[in-house]
Amino acid sequence: MNNVLFDIVFKRLVMGIFILFGVSLLITLGVEALAGDVCSAMLGQAAEPSTVAACQAKLGLNDPMHVRYWHWLVNVIQGDFGTSLANNREVAEQIGKRLGNTLYLAGTTALFAVPIGILLGVIAALYRNSAIDYTISATTLTTISSPEFFLAYVLMAIFAVNLGWLPAISNVSSSMSFLERLEVSALPVATLTLITVAHMMRMTRASIVSLLASPYIEMAKLKGLTPGRIIVKHALPNAWSPIIQVVVLNLAYMIVGVVVIEVVFVYPGLGALIVDAVLNRDLPVIQGTAMVFATAYVVLFMLADVLSMLANPRLRHRR
Amino acid sequence: MKFLTGIWDDLNLSARIGLGIVTFFATFAIFAPWLAPYSESEIVGDVWEPLFGEFFFGTDQIGRDLLSRLIYGARNTMALAIVSTTVSFTAGAVLGFVAATMGGRVDQFLSRIVDVCISIPTLIASLIILSAVGTATSTLILVIGIIYALPVFRIARAVAMDIEVMDYVEAARLRGEGLWWLMSKEILPNAMTPLAAEFGVRFCFVFLLIASLSFLGLGLQPPLADWGAMVRGNADGIAWGFMHPIIPAACIALLTVGINLLIDRWVHKASGLRDDQ
Amino acid sequence: MSEKLLEVKDLLIEADIDGEWKPIVNHLSMTLERGEILGLIGESGAGKSTFGLTALGYAKPGCRIQSGSIKLDGVELVGKSDAELRSIRGNKVAYVAQSAAASFNPAHTLVEQFAESPVQHGNMTMAEAVKRSVELFRQLDLPDPEHIGKRYPHQVSGGQLQRAMTAMALGSDPDIIIFDEPTTALDVTTQIEVLGAIKEAIKERNVAAIYISHDLAVVAQMADRIMVLRHGNLIEEGNAREMLANPKEDYTRLLLNVRSIRESRYDHDEEDIQLKVENITARYPGTTIDVLKNINIEIIKGKTVAVVGESGSGKSTLARVITGLLPPSQGSVRFHDRELTPDLKSRPKKDLQSIQMIYQMADVAMNPRHKIKDIIGRPLEFYLGIKGKQREARVLELLRQIEIPADYADRYPAQLSGGEKQRICIARALAAEPELIICDEVTSALDQLVAEGILDLLLNLQKELDVSYLFITHDLAVVKAIADEIVVMYQGGVVEQGTKAEILEPPYKPYTELLLSSVPEMDPDWMDDLIERRKRGEAPTAESIAQQD
Repeated sequence: MNNVLFDIVFKRLVMGIFILFGVSLLITLGVEALAGDVCSAMLGQAAEPSTVAACQAKLGLNDPMHVRYWHWLVNVIQGDFGTSLANNREVAEQIGKRLGNTLYLAGTTALFAVPIGILLGVIAALYRNSAIDYTISATTLTTISSPEFFLAYVLMAIFAVNLGWLPAISNVSSSMSFLERLEVSALPVATLTLITVAHMMRMTRASIVSLLASPYIEMAKLKGLTPGRIIVKHALPNAWSPIIQVVVLNLAYMIVGVVVIEVVFVYPGLGALIVDAVLNRDLPVIQGTAMVFATAYVVLFMLADVLSMLANPRLRHRR
Repeated sequence: MKFLTGIWDDLNLSARIGLGIVTFFATFAIFAPWLAPYSESEIVGDVWEPLFGEFFFGTDQIGRDLLSRLIYGARNTMALAIVSTTVSFTAGAVLGFVAATMGGRVDQFLSRIVDVCISIPTLIASLIILSAVGTATSTLILVIGIIYALPVFRIARAVAMDIEVMDYVEAARLRGEGLWWLMSKEILPNAMTPLAAEFGVRFCFVFLLIASLSFLGLGLQPPLADWGAMVRGNADGIAWGFMHPIIPAACIALLTVGINLLIDRWVHKASGLRDDQ
Repeated sequence: MSEKLLEVKDLLIEADIDGEWKPIVNHLSMTLERGEILGLIGESGAGKSTFGLTALGYAKPGCRIQSGSIKLDGVELVGKSDAELRSIRGNKVAYVAQSAAASFNPAHTLVEQFAESPVQHGNMTMAEAVKRSVELFRQLDLPDPEHIGKRYPHQVSGGQLQRAMTAMALGSDPDIIIFDEPTTALDVTTQIEVLGAIKEAIKERNVAAIYISHDLAVVAQMADRIMVLRHGNLIEEGNAREMLANPKEDYTRLLLNVRSIRESRYDHDEEDIQLKVENITARYPGTTIDVLKNINIEIIKGKTVAVVGESGSGKSTLARVITGLLPPSQGSVRFHDRELTPDLKSRPKKDLQSIQMIYQMADVAMNPRHKIKDIIGRPLEFYLGIKGKQREARVLELLRQIEIPADYADRYPAQLSGGEKQRICIARALAAEPELIICDEVTSALDQLVAEGILDLLLNLQKELDVSYLFITHDLAVVKAIADEIVVMYQGGVVEQGTKAEILEPPYKPYTELLLSSVPEMDPDWMDDLIERRKRGEAPTAESIAQQD
């Protein structure tokens, strides 16, 4: 890697780290706002000034905010996310398990969605304004316009209730075999795949179409090259950068899409965890899971930027 | 009148379908009190009465008329979405323009803050904030408005920067024109088209977010009818074979599709891209 | 094998403009023989590019070949399938685009793109193509011909890319090469080298060529025959030398009689120095190289100082320093002996009013959403406080002064032609009643005839209003036409400055001589002569100048 490229990439990485710190601060602030009367809520009927005070002392809620933030940060870096207020278990442990499930969901989806999405996008771009293009575009438009729960319920209605092929509730557990797990999580994976494929297809199509308007593509035509060669040798090498961005960005969006789908299918993942925690005001869990989500987001955005920088021939080969 | 027919002629088939859908829902939203057979919270029958029986879409999980709730839901959700989008747009666009026109440290400062804030996934951020501050309608508007002001900032800033490098903006600067003139007279008129398209896109996102939040229990509160909440409320019925939750969900999907169809074609036309290139 | 290599008969090409098909090439015919160079000239919109591309059987997106015949070596191209057309493109007929930088794929090396055509068409193996690339790169005077092929397009300069593109076209050993304004984007000093190399290479291989340009002097150097086009129609056609010596049509005559030198005008008796640029050194923020080095210039009231230089000379930066857009790191700008604040933001309105600027591209210099009357009217209100009926009247007066009809006041810029737009920009500058107007390449983007009109207007206005001009340009012909004093800039410094007479007569400083000698003249032998003289060391080249530094 040459100097200029290294500089740019390095700067982006550093910025990513700063953003992470900023995000952790923001999340803490947000959670602070929630903290309000956690203790009174928890103690319920037993809430009296003395018990509330004792509870607050126990939870460390009396320390000034920046002290609490610092403690939390230090702990997080060491892997300790605190203890859940709801069930007194280690937050880190819960997050770990759930994260595994969510990653499985996202990973399996990505396995199908990425190649299909890109392929459809390229085909739609090449045959733009033909019947194929319109069909693909129309279908994907419907899919991305629908809220996740709509698709989830439709699929559930068809495959679980009417046809009875798959279970409506995806209660995955670690004791399951590989095939069992696959069957139980099939519906959530299918739903998420539909949505992600749609997004990826549209973004890929847009990038490729704009690429095809470049002067050097016209030049290739004037050199008498076959359309196949023009696509493979001239368009594609310049398309990697935008396509990579599309893929990574969509992985980031998938993270948010996962939340609703996990709730609908009662899938024990990170998304379901944070929704429960918010409804229960379980502060440490909220803080921890939000941080994990945000970190994934930040890392993925950073990756998208860095990869597209690396893929840019003007930066790769110095002047 | 000629203006309206002019717009109709400008659009192709898919955009006309889009316009039709949007107008359809908008009409119901505006004229809800006159079109809905019952009020949104009246209990009129048994739980989950079948579709196309006494009540056109049957009843919901408490026995309220689904059709009426759909109509009022259109009104509530669309109104909330429009107001929130407008708030987010005003805030985001103004700040975006300021950042682009003033440049330098102001720009850096604003952009960094937005970079950090935008790194928290929208749904997560809304979940946390709304749990903290409650779900009164005005709060919803404010929270959603601020959250979506961030991507609008970025887009408005990008659009403004594209315009800002034009010679005519420099000519105005050379004249000695102040910030207000530059933003409102030089940049804004040229930014209207891309921003208008973006408004449509944002509206869809806001609409979907409201639906998702309501679905998770953090949006408009009962007895206000809201499509997302209706899906949630009726969800259990699916297990028993009742298709009721699908109807409000389908409405959400249909309206969003309509807006997207409209926007797609409009943006395409506005950018002047040729179909054969 | 028929006699004529290319025979185009009665060709009608239409373009889709706002939903309607309109003719842009109106039943034109042309013939081309082996080894012949045909020049297609005309102003923008003449249809010359579109016409030239038909030798490839190609119509740009949005255009269609409606009727007529195109015969290449006796074979009809109209109606041929894509596959058949592909076999002649890049093979028998090659194309050199206007912008080499945009037409090379940034993801592949030069030699890869060179070899593509011949190898794909089955004419050579890769190894043979690489060898050929070295030969051709050498013949076209590219530095380091053995290794330059391994570079990527962005690693090579504009002039070199243009030559590489020509090499690529020659690589397939075509019968015809179409050159589409290949040197328009290059500096005048680079232009000669590229043209010379091209001419030599194609003459040697007896390749026929269609040379498209708006610059008649350049075409005069290259072509055997010339076709003059206007609005898709043929104005005149004939042998190049004959046409240049004896043009038959008025339009052709107009194109030839460009830049008649004007007599020097009345002198100002008082040495009224309006603007004084003292020891200005400047650089762009965040960079380490000085773009301007120790510049000293004086502008006298009512006179025109022409600043001439090529890209990288710093002439546009000078304008930015004077107007306060770029504060200098050293030196000062004085107006009527009062120092102007370096940053425009702290200048009083009066100062801003006295110095106005006109830009190169009139379409982006005016806000497309403002009406003409508002574009001209705003300075009236902003500087002079003139509003309402008075403002309207003054706008009409100004329109009269720039020779634009009064009903244009309610139009938008997009509805005007290039020349008309520039006139509005001039009116906008005049509205402020300035003492000095900076003209930044104001005629460079205009067709020759239109540019003439603008220059005439500017000179008349100067006589009428006693306003001074700082005229920035790279075009020596323009300088000859309107300057009183000339400042020659090269790479951020002033090479020489003085009155027009002093600069334009020998003895010349080396760079000035290079500039002057590089301007193409209507004499068809001019270029060949110049190249000979340069080879003999009698005339400077860009290299010899660079080495001197």
